[in-house]
Amino acid sequence: MLTEALVVSALLFAIGTLGVLLRRNAIVMFLCIELQLNAVNLAFVALSRYVGIEGQVFVFFVMTVAAAEAAVGLAIIISIFRHFRTVNVDNFNLLKW
Amino acid sequence: MELDFSSQGHYLVAFVPELILTALGMLVLIAGVSRRLARDPERSFDIGWLALAGVLLAAFANGWMYGVHEVGTQAMIAVDRFRLFANWVLLGSAGLAVVMSMAYVDRQRLQAGEYYGLLLFSTVGMMVMAAARDLIVIFLGLELMSIAVYAMTALNRAERRSAEAGLKYFILGAFATGFFLYGIALVYGATGSTNIARIAVEVGSGSAQPALLALGVGLMLVGFAFKVGAVPFHMWTPDVYEGAPTPVTAFMSAGVKAAAFVAFLRVFTVAFDGVWDRWWTIVWWLAALSMVAANLLALAQLNVKRMLAYSSIAHAGYLLVAIVAANQAAAAGMLFYLLVYAVMNVGAFGIVLIVANQGEDRLLIEDYAGFGQQQPLLGVLLTIFLLSLAGFPGTGGFMGKIYLLQGAMGAHLVWLSVVLVLTTVVSYGYYLRLAWYMWMSEAPTPDVFHQVRAPISMRIALLAAAALILYLGVFPDAALEMARASVDALTAFGGSAAATP
Repeated sequence: MLTEALVVSALLFAIGTLGVLLRRNAIVMFLCIELQLNAVNLAFVALSRYVGIEGQVFVFFVMTVAAAEAAVGLAIIISIFRHFRTVNVDNFNLLKW
Repeated sequence: MELDFSSQGHYLVAFVPELILTALGMLVLIAGVSRRLARDPERSFDIGWLALAGVLLAAFANGWMYGVHEVGTQAMIAVDRFRLFANWVLLGSAGLAVVMSMAYVDRQRLQAGEYYGLLLFSTVGMMVMAAARDLIVIFLGLELMSIAVYAMTALNRAERRSAEAGLKYFILGAFATGFFLYGIALVYGATGSTNIARIAVEVGSGSAQPALLALGVGLMLVGFAFKVGAVPFHMWTPDVYEGAPTPVTAFMSAGVKAAAFVAFLRVFTVAFDGVWDRWWTIVWWLAALSMVAANLLALAQLNVKRMLAYSSIAHAGYLLVAIVAANQAAAAGMLFYLLVYAVMNVGAFGIVLIVANQGEDRLLIEDYAGFGQQQPLLGVLLTIFLLSLAGFPGTGGFMGKIYLLQGAMGAHLVWLSVVLVLTTVVSYGYYLRLAWYMWMSEAPTPDVFHQVRAPISMRIALLAAAALILYLGVFPDAALEMARASVDALTAFGGSAAATP
């Protein structure tokens, strides 16, 4: 049970990582980061069945923080969109990416 | 007063400086909003003074915390002198950053309430990181700090580069947080706890699951390396430092780095002390690469903010040497260096702000031509900051490097010490080039720097910063003794001591 859950979590995390590295749309990149965080949550919940309650506590903190991060991140993406009329990161060339 | 964390009240007492700063941050936010409702946006200085009062109150509370003692080293929140020393550095850089920001915020018409509020909240996050003795608390502090700094980076909404820097910092920062969290999850799985003291016991006794632990430590290392901006996780640093509003750059180059290093040191030398022989080579390479690559790249920069960004990566490399060495002397040296680094870096950015006309105007190195001749006092101050950054004898930066080298020699890191000394010599090239332009080149027009926007509060803060740098350079003993006493609380450093007889 634990191994399966950890494998799924590792797969989700890898998909998220590849998504951030390969996709160029800022919102999709952000989505992939959320996927990474949820992979972490899955690992925490799976592990906490075996090693203790702290993992489940941690999941709540991760979810709360992810919500706060989403608020700030989407605000930044809106402000980028107002300047550039796009959220594709290849189109920003004032600073080198 | 004794704290054993048996009741809720003890947690409140342990967090007095943070709570004060949080309350003042909210007050600053409300003051900013009510100011805008009253349609009276012309002066934002008073909100800045309110923020400074918050920092001073928190510093006062931090001094009071020396009278509070904890029982044991198992609690989630550390009440030790290590944390309190780190708080001096963090509050110092926040206070200096507030004073440096005032004219800029006013002139650029940034929303003062949000600006100073976010600055105080991110300082709270940094202090939480310094106080954390549990990976959950470190994560919360890290995010509190980071989210506020993402927003501050993008706060200048009229400026395209600010928005772009904000997006870059946000995407890459959140990406790194993902790695950091995954590392925490694996360490938790391997050791069965998120408490640093208990992890240290599990790791030291060798009962932790080795594969999970190795992966977890590696991923956490990636997260920390990103936050401190070490090569090869530094890609964001030059762009974000260049694009962010200059006072924000000053604040984050000092505060974010100091907080990340303090938490880095606590996690790696206390919790992962038992596997020091497994991780030290990786940090060795991070340190060496940061010093060499950043100092060489800084030589090629034409923009002052970008040059100082590479300089901050190089300083991250110097400080990583202390983490590799992982002994008492190196940790004390790191605290001392963080103090000096915060003061001299914020000071240097303060002068950059003045030359840039409290905006983003004159940022090229050529623009400094004639600055020293027309503004001798400010020119001397910038020269002091640059010499200290370069590590010139007689300045705090020099003594800091000496202490780092002492720590490195204590751990027999001969090659790393050689790299540190050689790259310091290289760094003279770009710091002194700026000083050369300032004093030796002629200004394009004779009156370009006759009128500079430097309020008296900013001048006083710059003078105080320069005085502190020189004082620490000539009489470093008091501060170093304090740093030594602070790292005694860590009760760690077994791993590197066992490996280097």
